[in-house]
This record gives sequence, structure tokens and C-alpha cells, in this order.
Amino acid sequence: MSDARLSVFKTYKLYVGGKFPRSESGRVYEVTDAKGKWLANAPLSSRKDARDAVVAARKAFGGWSGATAYNRGQILYRIAEMLEGRRDQYVAEVADAEGLSKPKAAAQVDAAIDRWVWYAGWTDKIAQVVGGGNPVAGPFFNLSTPEPTGVVAVLAPQKSSFLGLVSVIAPVIATGNTAVVIASEKSPLPALSLGEVLATSDLPGGVVNILSGRTAEIAAPLAAHQDVNAIDLTGADETLAKELEIAAADNLKRVLRPHPVDGTDWSATPGTDRMTAFLETKTVWHPTGALGASGSSY
Amino acid sequence: MPTTAPAAQDPAQDSARDPETGPAHGLHGLHALADVTASDSTLRRFLHGLPGVDTVGLEARAASLGTRSIKTTAKAYALDLAISMVDLTTLEGADTPGKVRALGAKAVRPDPTDRTAPAAAAVCVYPDMVPTAKAAVAGSAVQVASVATAFPAGRASRAVKLADVQEAVAAGADEVDMVIDRGAFLAGHYLKVYDEITAVREVCGTSARLKVIFETGELSTYDNIRRASWLGMLAGADFIKTSTGKVAVNATPANTLLMLEAVRDFRAQTGVQVGVKPAGGIRTAKDAVKFLVLVNETAGEDWLDNHWFRFGASSLLNDLLMQRQKLATGRYSGPDYVTVD
Repeated sequence: MSDARLSVFKTYKLYVGGKFPRSESGRVYEVTDAKGKWLANAPLSSRKDARDAVVAARKAFGGWSGATAYNRGQILYRIAEMLEGRRDQYVAEVADAEGLSKPKAAAQVDAAIDRWVWYAGWTDKIAQVVGGGNPVAGPFFNLSTPEPTGVVAVLAPQKSSFLGLVSVIAPVIATGNTAVVIASEKSPLPALSLGEVLATSDLPGGVVNILSGRTAEIAAPLAAHQDVNAIDLTGADETLAKELEIAAADNLKRVLRPHPVDGTDWSATPGTDRMTAFLETKTVWHPTGALGASGSSY
Repeated sequence: MPTTAPAAQDPAQDSARDPETGPAHGLHGLHALADVTASDSTLRRFLHGLPGVDTVGLEARAASLGTRSIKTTAKAYALDLAISMVDLTTLEGADTPGKVRALGAKAVRPDPTDRTAPAAAAVCVYPDMVPTAKAAVAGSAVQVASVATAFPAGRASRAVKLADVQEAVAAGADEVDMVIDRGAFLAGHYLKVYDEITAVREVCGTSARLKVIFETGELSTYDNIRRASWLGMLAGADFIKTSTGKVAVNATPANTLLMLEAVRDFRAQTGVQVGVKPAGGIRTAKDAVKFLVLVNETAGEDWLDNHWFRFGASSLLNDLLMQRQKLATGRYSGPDYVTVD
């Protein structure tokens, strides 16, 4: 009797609408580690997968944006809890993908988990920071509240396969948007595994949809898509970002184009910029009624 | 398709004496079937003499025809054809004149941003909304269809049903969508159903085309759908229509295929062409194109026209328009760019 076991290879699949489909095109591509050793085959998504993901994200938007901020915070925290339980798997995947030593990869994964917690705390506080009552010269309450933009296409960073990925997804969904994420082209495996965690974290299906494949091929139809409200160009190089920005201008998408491209230090505390990039301010004028002799009728 | 269209010639053997029966011999063909409706027993003998439906074969054929890939110019043609075949429908208790007017405007010009988009075939409303609908589509080629005969249940006395039709026709309906009495049909009172259809046919006269709704979801079996199709056509229907859209199972590719076979065989035997209208449950452009493939492969090109084939739908039109925009611009469209009905 030999104690050698046959390896059980994992079939990496997309995460769309809460399900794990293969690419509609049936295509896959080989994913290698930093040294060029084969790791797995990942789905090579087509524009139709992108279209299906947008439909799923649009369908999920009403429920997710309508959920209370408190509830969204709980779900984001739940994602962190679930990640904590599968920490070892992500450490191994990140080490392979980015060619890091185990301790360095572990530091990345820990930082990513902490980032979920950080954004979980922000869900019910961002409104106080960027909204509030406005002083106006008239008998009105004047209130500004931040509202989610809608469906956001996110091009995840190419180099930071997990911490960078979490750092672009979490702020988008924390504020009530839904996301179609294009994983890093060279190292999509941590992103595809993240789908498995999201599916078991009470996150409604369709809020985050993860596609793997050629970034340029999937991003083009998303940038031109009339039903995508915003696009985050973090994972696009200069040439691609310019092309996508032109396509996105045609239906007045919100565009986040960070500078320098992919030079971001993901371990730094991110600030609120990535959340406010995909928020729109709604202002309500509410009459206070007639002012009595004492000034206010309230 | 000899394996999947068992009804193709068989009914002819019952009664058609002229094997050459074709469009040119139309009257002769119908005369040949005249004795079929002479009494309840002859009618039952004829309908039960229709060959049984091969359920597995029918569904397999409907499914295999649904796998055709229709792309580029063919897709553009199919989308425009499908738009021109839509009976834009609103049949809710909450219908207001405003909603009917909006629907009429949409039928006349489905895509206001693109003047090359064809108009829909008709708007389909309840009888009391016919005058409003007529005014809304005035001056266009869009027809006004009215449901009648105590739609959707059909549970009323014949006098009430005929009055219902009378009112719709008097209000100017170009087409009348009647429901058959499913209770009588299922109980085997075929002649009663036949008489009712012919009575409605008479009230419609020459001013309105008659669509006969079988409510296939309530007929239980494919054999019954085939029988109902022949019964409707014998009674003088201009169109046979699958469903009201008010029950769980509406138009499916299989029951539509079965009805398309029936109209094809009926024309081969009598020379009279009858239209088909699947209604309810068709929501995507992809589904609509599958139905058009069924039409072309079963009944033939003669039916690829909104005079002979219709879709009873409401949300379908929006999806057709979005696909049309995608084809024209190369960018995926979204629900923000079509109307909310």
C-alpha cells in the first residue's frame, strides 16, 4: 500500500448572480505562479459573461441599496469572519500568485481581512461624513444624503491579487452599489476563491460578480454598456484606461481613474475616496411650515 | 418531417376525397369537412380520430429548433419582424385610460429614438378600453384587439358573451380575442364550443378578425390542444391563440409547434390559412426568435408576417428594443433606455 494520494484539482469558476458558472464561451486559460509553474485553469470570460453579470448586478441593486447601512455592515463583517476561517487557503494562493514567502503572504491576507472590517464599520458612518443638514436662507430643512450610483464595473489591480482586490470591492459594495469585478489577469485565483466566501456570507447573489479572463476583452463591453453606471479603472494600463474612459463618456458613466496606475500602496489606510467616488448626493428641501412669532413653529 | 408531424396527412384520409387538395381547392376542402360538424357525435369522431401526439418527439423537436443560432443580419431581420408581430397587451383590472394611451403611443412608435424601428402589430385591451385605444393609435397601421367572451375565464352565458363581443366590435375593435369554454371542451361537448365560436364569428362579421384562445395550460394534454386547434379552425377562427396569460403555463415552444402543425395541415387540406398567436410567458428577444424559427420550419415562410403570426406580450417589446439598440450601436443597452410600462 502506498500512501501517495492522487491530487484533487480544483475547478475554478466564475461567480455570477450568486452562482458558480463556467464561462459561457467554454474557454479557459492557464494560470501560472510567479515562476511560471502551472497552477490551474481559470475561465476565460467573454463579453456575454460580462453582459450576464451586469444583468445579475442590476437585479441585485434594488435589494442591496435598499438594505439598511447597518445590515450591510454586518454582512461585510461576516465576510471578514468567513475569510478568517479560510485564511490558510488564501495565504497559499496569494503566496503562489505573487511569489511571496508564507509570512509575507499571510500579512497580505490579514490586511485584507482587516480591510473588510474597516469598511464594515464605514457603511453606517459615511452618510454623516459626506451628507448632513445644510444651512439655507428659507423656511426649509435642507438635507443632503449620499446615494449609491448603481452597477459599478471594477477592474481589480493586476499586481495585488488579494489585498488590492478587497480594497477595490469593499468600498463599492459598502455604500450600496453592486459590482462586476474583473479579476487580475495573471493571478485570478484568489479572486475566484473569494466568490466562494461571498456566497456563504449572507451577501445576496449578484451584489458582487467576479469574472476572470483578458481584462481588455471584458472591460471594453462593460465600459460601453448602457446599464453600467460607473467604472473603476484601477487594473487598466495607460492605453486601455484611455480607451475605456472614452467609451464610458458616451453614457456619462462615473469614472475612477487612479494615478499612478497600479502603483498604489494597498497596505496604507485607504481613506474615504474610494467610497465617495461611487456616491451621488441627493438633496431634499423640506418645508418647515409657517414661522410663528417665536421664529419656528416646531 | 414525417417523424414529428404525424397529423400531416392523416386527417385528410378521413374526409377529403380529393388528394390534390390545396390552396386552389379551398372551398372544396372546407366542404369536404362540412359533414364533420353536422352533429356532436360526428364532430367527436373526427376530433378523436386525429392522430395522437408524440409528446417526446414534439418536445424534442421544439427543443432542437430552439438551438438555432441566429446572428447579424438574420438577427436584425428577426428582431424587426418580431417587433412588427407584437400584440402589445395590457389586461389588468387596474388599466386606466392613461395607461392604454401610453401603450398605444408605444405601439405606434416603439423606439422614439430610432425611426427605423417598425410599429407593433396591435394593442390588446379589454372591451371598455377599445375607444381609448382606437383614439391612441388613430392614423397608424396599428390594430386594436379586444378580448371578449368573459375573458379570461369564459364562464358566462352565451348571451352575455355575445353582448361582450358586440360591444367590442361596435367600439371599433379590429380584432376580437375570444376564449373558448374550457369546461365544455373538457367535458366533451365539442359542438357546444363549436357553436359558440361560430356565433361569435357571426357577430364579428367582416369588420373584425377572430382570434380563438384555447388556454392550453388548462387543456392538460397535447392531444386536447390538437383537437382544440382543429375545432377552432373548423369553426372559422382567423387566428388560434395559446393562452390568456392568466394561468401558470402559457405559451411554450412545444404547444406552439403543435398549433403551427395544425394550421399547416389545415391549409394543406382546405386551402384556408389560419394565423397563430402564442401569448404569455415570452419575455426575451431570444425566446421570440426561437418561436420565429418554429414558424419558419413548421408552417413556412407564408406565416412569417404579422397578418399570420403574433406574439401576445408586453415586456417582450422592451427586450426586443434593447437587443435592437445593441445591434445598431454595438453597446449593450439597459432598461433605462426603454419605457417603464
